[in-house]
Amino acid sequence: MTTALQIGFIPLIDAAALIVAVEKGFTGAEGLDVTLVREVSWSNVRDKLNVGLFDAAHLLAMVPVASSLGLGHIKVPLVVPLNLSLNGNAITVSPALDASIMAEIDGERLDPMATARALSRVVAARRRNGSEPLTFGMTFPFSTHNYQLRFWMAAGGVDPDEDIRLVVLPPPFMVGSIASGQVDGFCVGAPWNSIAVDGGVGRILHFGSDIMQRAAEKVLATRQQWAEKNPQSLAGLVRAVFRAAEFVEAAPNHNEVARILARPEYIGVDADVILRTLQGRLKIDPDGTIRESDRYMLLAREDASMPDPIQAAWLYAQMVRWRQTAFSPEALKLAQSVFRPDLYEAAFGRDSTRQIASKAIGAFAGPAFDPNHIEAHFGAFRVGQAAREWR
Amino acid sequence: MGTESSPKIAIVDESPIRAAILEEGLREAGFTDVVRIDEMQSLLSRIYALDPDVIVIDLENPSRDVLEQMFQVSRAVRRPIAMFVDQSDAASIQASVDAGVSAYIVDGLKKERLKPILDLCISRFNAFSKLQDELDRAKSALEDRKVIERAKGILMRLKGLTEDEAYVLLRSTAMREKKKIGEIAQSILTASELLK
Repeated sequence: MTTALQIGFIPLIDAAALIVAVEKGFTGAEGLDVTLVREVSWSNVRDKLNVGLFDAAHLLAMVPVASSLGLGHIKVPLVVPLNLSLNGNAITVSPALDASIMAEIDGERLDPMATARALSRVVAARRRNGSEPLTFGMTFPFSTHNYQLRFWMAAGGVDPDEDIRLVVLPPPFMVGSIASGQVDGFCVGAPWNSIAVDGGVGRILHFGSDIMQRAAEKVLATRQQWAEKNPQSLAGLVRAVFRAAEFVEAAPNHNEVARILARPEYIGVDADVILRTLQGRLKIDPDGTIRESDRYMLLAREDASMPDPIQAAWLYAQMVRWRQTAFSPEALKLAQSVFRPDLYEAAFGRDSTRQIASKAIGAFAGPAFDPNHIEAHFGAFRVGQAAREWR
Repeated sequence: MGTESSPKIAIVDESPIRAAILEEGLREAGFTDVVRIDEMQSLLSRIYALDPDVIVIDLENPSRDVLEQMFQVSRAVRRPIAMFVDQSDAASIQASVDAGVSAYIVDGLKKERLKPILDLCISRFNAFSKLQDELDRAKSALEDRKVIERAKGILMRLKGLTEDEAYVLLRSTAMREKKKIGEIAQSILTASELLK
């Protein structure tokens, strides 16, 4: 007997495991007949999951937490039984802003603290000579992009709410917006940074992994109620997507995966651009400079697919830091409970009650993040609304 | 409803026909203050300049995520907006998502006042999809007719048939193969291209 599932996704490379799970028959082998539905906005994916048009979805890591807390939207409890990707974002700036930052930099260009301090000097100089504030794009208020961009610049002393403009832009509009000068930089997932570089309108300043070594980026989400009613389907889906994630990461499969993802019904961009992302070999400068990183995007390796509650806690802390919500210990607990390593472990027949050790976030600034001492996190930073209130 | 009490409604839709249908419906219902936005590049600044009470956006529009920014408390946002319905009104959410439209109310407007606007948008959106379906069907019927005409011409030429005989041949083949006449006609065109 097969079970039909509707799963929503946004055309991004971090949907790879989900797409390949269907295309290579991993879901079929679990008795699941999955229809993938391509969407144009995170709001749509969230709403269609919430009202039950989708059984599961490719979502920004923080959206299930926001939905479960009822932030900015109706309250629908969601759960995350599998993490679709860690990292995968990059911060891209216009060639002009890149030149300004490099003129001010004191240190290595790959050191985010050095670039953030340089940015702070650029911002101060612009204020002195009466220029318009810089504008940065990100994809959604509750997105790792938003928090990584803010974390990075705040570490250098730039207040993202006061010193610059931060705007939401749909990922497909990023490249056009930096080309037309509407934004000076952005933080977005693959393939859009590479497309800006290929178009000669942007330079990749940082990989997301420069900001944080492990950052939950996209997750597989379902309604809590659905997960409770359909444990078999859920477990089958988790296994299928995990196997697909391993398939995607295996080097001999990169070409095939890139061709699948490149198809118009999925991502619809050049297979070569996708291949570079899968290999972690990105062209970061229009002049052809390549930067390699084995941390650019993690799908299955290093336990990337296990939903780790510390990630939810870090993201929640960012919501508080940037005043998207007021802190409460209950909400912190609830945020962590949305990420469900127990459901993940159960899918593989492993003991789901054992304590699973969280892996470090590894942010480039501040003390090691500990959800049990969240005040230390806020107290460590100078910039940010919560930072002021907590000191 | 007088002009004074009519809330300002911004329709964000890249489909000019659908936006026009929506605007007309709203005006007929007495909502006289309606503005259409079809330029997405500067959406947020347009909205700030208009300062509407209600924003209606179609779900095919990637710029929906841009509007989500307006939920935030920040300096950039003058009047925060809220989702269109109460937590309790799940049916409205379902109906609007099904219809492909979403509405937001800007701080200050009473939620009860949004309900008739949203209901109207849902019915107009549904009417538009029906119209679109009919149009698509009519278009494909027209396409079929053209293809059939050309296939008939080929059959008449190659087999020395009259027009009626050519049509009968197409129809009987379609019935035998359980296909549409248009499909049979298309395969004749394809074959004749290949054999050229």
